[in-house]
Amino acid sequence: MVEHGDIRVVHRGGSKINSREPVVTNDSRFLLCASGERVKVFSTSTEECVHDLRGHTDLVTGVLLRPTNHLQVYSCSVDGTVRLWDFTDGILIKVQTCSWLMFDIVCMCVCAELFQLVAVHLPQSGDQLVEAQELSAVLSNVSSNPAATGFGRGVRAPPLRSPNAPPGAITYPKTDKDNKKGGKNTLMCIACHPKDDCIATGHEDGKIRLWRNFNHKKEYTYTTLHWHHNAVSSLRFTPEGTNLLSGGLESVLVQWRYNQESERDFLPRLGSAITHIAVSPDGTLFCTSHSDNKITIIQSCVKVSAVIQGLVNGESVRTDLMVDPRSKSLVLNGKPGHLQFYSLQRDKLLYNLDIVQQEYIHELGLQQFEVVKVAFDAPGNWMATVEERKPKAAEPEINLKLWAFDEQTQSFVLNTTVSAPHEAQITSMCFSQAADGQTSMLVSASEDGHFKAWQLPRSAYEGPSWSCDFVGDYRGLAPQCCCFSADGSLLAVSFQEVVTVWSPASWELLTTLSQPPKAIRDLCFGRLGCSKYLMGTTASNLLCCWNLLTCSLEWSTSMDVSLLLSDPLTENMAAFCCQAESTDLFVFKPSEPRPVASLKAVCSGKVTRAVFAPREEMLESCEESSQWLNRSQLYFLTQHMLLQSPAHVLPSTSVLCSMFVESLLVSVADGRSVVHEHLVHVFLNNSHSDHLCLTLNVSQQNTHRL
Amino acid sequence: MGEFKVHRVRFFDYMPAAIRAMAFNRRTERLALARADGALEIFNFADNYFQEKVIPGQDGRAVEALCWVGRRLFSAGLNGEITEYDLENLRPRYTVEAYGGPIWTISGNDQGTLLAVGCEDGTVKMFEVLEDRIQFQRNLDRQKGRIISLCWHPSASLIAAGMMDMIRIFDVETGRATHRLLVERGVGASKSKEVVVWSIAFLSDHTIISGDSAGKVQIWDGLTGTLARTHLVTKWDVLALSVSQDESSLVAGTSEGTVVQFQFLSSTLDGQNKDWVRTRTFKNHSHDVRALVHTETAVVSGGMDTQLVVRPLLDKVEKNTQESAMRKMAFPHRSLVCCAKKAGLLLFQFPDHLELWRLGESDGHGETTMKFPLPPFQVSKLPKDLRSAHQLCFSTDSSRLFASSINSSVVVVALNQPECKYLHTLKPKSGEAESNLILEPVHLLFASEDGKWLATANTACEVQVYNLDKIKLHCTVPVYGSCPTAIAIHPTSSNLVVVHADQQIFEYSLVQKEYTEWSRRLQKQGLHSLWLERDTPITHVTFNPKHPAHIILHDMFMFCVIDQSLPLPEAKTRLFNQMILRSLPEPMRILHRHAFKMCKTFQNLMCVRLLEDHSLVVVERPLLDIMSQLPAPVRQKRFAT
Repeated sequence: MVEHGDIRVVHRGGSKINSREPVVTNDSRFLLCASGERVKVFSTSTEECVHDLRGHTDLVTGVLLRPTNHLQVYSCSVDGTVRLWDFTDGILIKVQTCSWLMFDIVCMCVCAELFQLVAVHLPQSGDQLVEAQELSAVLSNVSSNPAATGFGRGVRAPPLRSPNAPPGAITYPKTDKDNKKGGKNTLMCIACHPKDDCIATGHEDGKIRLWRNFNHKKEYTYTTLHWHHNAVSSLRFTPEGTNLLSGGLESVLVQWRYNQESERDFLPRLGSAITHIAVSPDGTLFCTSHSDNKITIIQSCVKVSAVIQGLVNGESVRTDLMVDPRSKSLVLNGKPGHLQFYSLQRDKLLYNLDIVQQEYIHELGLQQFEVVKVAFDAPGNWMATVEERKPKAAEPEINLKLWAFDEQTQSFVLNTTVSAPHEAQITSMCFSQAADGQTSMLVSASEDGHFKAWQLPRSAYEGPSWSCDFVGDYRGLAPQCCCFSADGSLLAVSFQEVVTVWSPASWELLTTLSQPPKAIRDLCFGRLGCSKYLMGTTASNLLCCWNLLTCSLEWSTSMDVSLLLSDPLTENMAAFCCQAESTDLFVFKPSEPRPVASLKAVCSGKVTRAVFAPREEMLESCEESSQWLNRSQLYFLTQHMLLQSPAHVLPSTSVLCSMFVESLLVSVADGRSVVHEHLVHVFLNNSHSDHLCLTLNVSQQNTHRL
Repeated sequence: MGEFKVHRVRFFDYMPAAIRAMAFNRRTERLALARADGALEIFNFADNYFQEKVIPGQDGRAVEALCWVGRRLFSAGLNGEITEYDLENLRPRYTVEAYGGPIWTISGNDQGTLLAVGCEDGTVKMFEVLEDRIQFQRNLDRQKGRIISLCWHPSASLIAAGMMDMIRIFDVETGRATHRLLVERGVGASKSKEVVVWSIAFLSDHTIISGDSAGKVQIWDGLTGTLARTHLVTKWDVLALSVSQDESSLVAGTSEGTVVQFQFLSSTLDGQNKDWVRTRTFKNHSHDVRALVHTETAVVSGGMDTQLVVRPLLDKVEKNTQESAMRKMAFPHRSLVCCAKKAGLLLFQFPDHLELWRLGESDGHGETTMKFPLPPFQVSKLPKDLRSAHQLCFSTDSSRLFASSINSSVVVVALNQPECKYLHTLKPKSGEAESNLILEPVHLLFASEDGKWLATANTACEVQVYNLDKIKLHCTVPVYGSCPTAIAIHPTSSNLVVVHADQQIFEYSLVQKEYTEWSRRLQKQGLHSLWLERDTPITHVTFNPKHPAHIILHDMFMFCVIDQSLPLPEAKTRLFNQMILRSLPEPMRILHRHAFKMCKTFQNLMCVRLLEDHSLVVVERPLLDIMSQLPAPVRQKRFAT
């Protein structure tokens, strides 16, 4: 990036909005939530993103309204700063630097791998950049989970070395650890009553305990409320303390009457597990964050009034990234059994399409149908999906579904369901790229050693449906990749190290190409002027280009290409090469083995999914190295959700022609991102301003990163 | 510990009766418990919850309510009578007819001067408590509908009565009802059914708390007669209430077998605005909780499932101590099985009959025992001194019968003649000098095998040994602070072994009239902590004639052979080491051996006896068998069913 000053990788969206609790402003008009490196301001009535508060250079880990000025908001980040914003205008007012990583605006950590609750004195000063030096530890050794920290009634700005610890904060989780029986009552979350000395704790076994009687004799007592059958993940009292809200995996918001706990209200069918609950200061709006990156706004526990949906981060993107040719939206796995259509321009989920069309039953270990393949034809009239369920010790169940675009409803309608199209897993599927749109053809390749061509017969009166047209095989080998040429006249199917080229018109095997010794990994036809070329990568780290006119190898080069893809609008092809924990990007034309552009270390880790998406407006860039981005943008998905350090430089709005590569963030079971799971979230009834409590973490890892 | 051929007996159909009522005497720390068959049991909470006394029930005398007045115990039942019990001689002292139909409840005032009973005909009858009896004083205003529950205000000027659909508050002075509190009926189908106020509590700040058949615990202001708060606790009935002495905590027992605690808590730290808040829920019963007692540190509950449960409140006791462990008392703390060693006969004691069984032969491999119920015998006429006997014991040669009788005395009867003949009465020495001394009943008798000694133990913790040759008191073992639960005299060495309710073991030499060397060593070193933590008393001690150094004893969960020749276990060694010993090689085994050899193979033991042929009889009564004979509990919705 340093060598290509104007091209850099920018993380643009799709980040988690459910990582920390959202904040509702005093007038209930706006909702603020931490989203990656930014704070997003949504309108609670229209669901639109009103402002995007940019400025932090690492994950934002907490958002908090300024108690003395309800039009300003504090945010803290792993980059070690606390920033003060005017969220109505979206202006940064003040930057406060601390030498620690903020993990929450409630807690902070001082020594390695130990979380502490500290108070930070924010000095009053006119400068925009101030360094906060007065820090005082309130409690040491708190849980790294911010939901397990709460502030009770009457907490004042803790003076340095406060002798009277705030009532109820954090000491009670420890009480609980004492009487653990069977280990199922692990503490999950905590909430303090705004008026009474009552602390609610949520436990892993689904019970909620209301602790009372905090006198000096330590005769704590508790009431148990039990409705949830799984862990309680979030608890919140309403501002007046009349109700307690709880949520968990059941995706039901439960409202308990305080002191009349046998009476409770439910708001069921919220879609997915509740991770956080927030209540507006006037108590009229409830906000629930959900595990599928969604925030639901609920009016007085009866009606869902708005849903803010971010990109759903599934466990894995098995479908690959696709671009819907009509809406130009990104298509990938979403909720279980669904495809999500995600607008890249607006960073907003357009809609979810139910592919599996079965009731989703949450149960641990239950095998669900999963959408594993998606393909669109060139005009976007047809979509093919493959769903798969692999029960233990049984044949996989596979369904191929073909969906027609309905102009009236502007969405896809199921046309044909082919159950068991192949006997084994489908490895690849593609539509013929023929421009006429009349003769759509779908080819699916499977591990059972066959590839099948599916066609829509024209002579069907009672609504056309798809049927199998041809079954092909080659020496009993399992086909891996299949690819149509740009004009649809050729089909390339790879069988291990052999590429077979077929004519879809006559189903004749035209020629075979091979590059031993290893199997073919990726196949790609050239576009436009380069359509005579067929690109392929092999497992032996070879990138080959065959000329189909001569049926010979045009050129080859040795590089470990993890992903190869072609831009449908230009002749360009992109190859991601994984080398020593970081990935390089090369853009080239098949006609010559010289890269048009190359970027070193676009991200750390392996790039597994990428896609070229067409631009809405063409750019007029004359620089050679950035010309390839004039018509399309390249989006890629990294294996690790990590923000690369050089990318911290924010793109100034003037540099329009820079490359926008989106790293869509996926949740990963990676050691570092586990730490990130614990980031962000704030709740504080601090009556006096100027003091904030922050969570900082200086674990070994992060110190290292600093 | 040697090998035994075991007769495993499981045909003793012992079935304890349901617990109907309880009353706790805070001064003496005695719990009185009434069962559905009319039997009365006294537990000493100061002495490891030992069941000191049992007064057998009588037909048609089911006890509905119990009440302590000082050290005196009164009961009332649906037969319409009030009974006072003679706790020294373990029998009813007298009964008084109340003439108001069945009595549902009885309650004494704190001053101990008046008893109030609630009758079926709607009257609250006041009885004056006199020194030797009670006397009817007067009726309070008669109401329509029965009086189910009663509670005195601590000042004894007011009394609250729970009735059908309502609660009434009476002024004791005038006898007039001052308030009438209407209790709401249940919702839905039960709307047409009368609601029964099963239990009521009257606090010193004039708060009235009621538990009713609609599942509500309601808190009323007794001064204004208004409802302050309703807690819906169960879909079924709230049957029992009990308030702690400082009136800061309340427990309610329900038909679902749960006990719900309420606490009088202030919502903020400054201690103002106190309110009754529902806190913990205990589920230790499968059936109705009919009787409840809130002691200082624990909740004691009992009900249809016949078990007495002591659940310590963890905020009142030290955690992880013996005090904080929950206790369930399912079996009586005395032996209900008698075994004839030579004849191989088993005698099972039931509340209203006996069963005699002969042990069968087994093939030597399995633990099978054939059962042969024997026909009953006709017993010849008994001398009239034997009319009230708490405990019987035969001499080894069957020539004499010893019976513990009134005033801590033992009656000796000769059996040689065709009919029994009264010989004499053995009395403890102190009897004649201090006549006003309370003489506790003898609950344990043991006649030595050589016919020379008779040992007795009474509930005042005294152990006396009589010389049967001289027919006089031989010696009194130094009194230890805990009640003896089993005694036995060694057949050869004439050492008396006494096991106490706090699990201590003493060995006393009758010849030298002092504790033996082994006993002193045991006391000096102290018993193993695991031994002391057991929560059921040793109910029987016996000896192994083949190994004179072996003492065999058992409680409900294990039997143990103490080998006096082996070293005592150190505090750090494992007490239950039989399995480990078995896996060790011979030389190591000797190193790790210690005196206590415990066997937990058999559970829920009613009796372990060593027969003449060196085989062991083990009588088990699995708790599951008892549970399966209980009626079905109330229907409860369970998650995922």
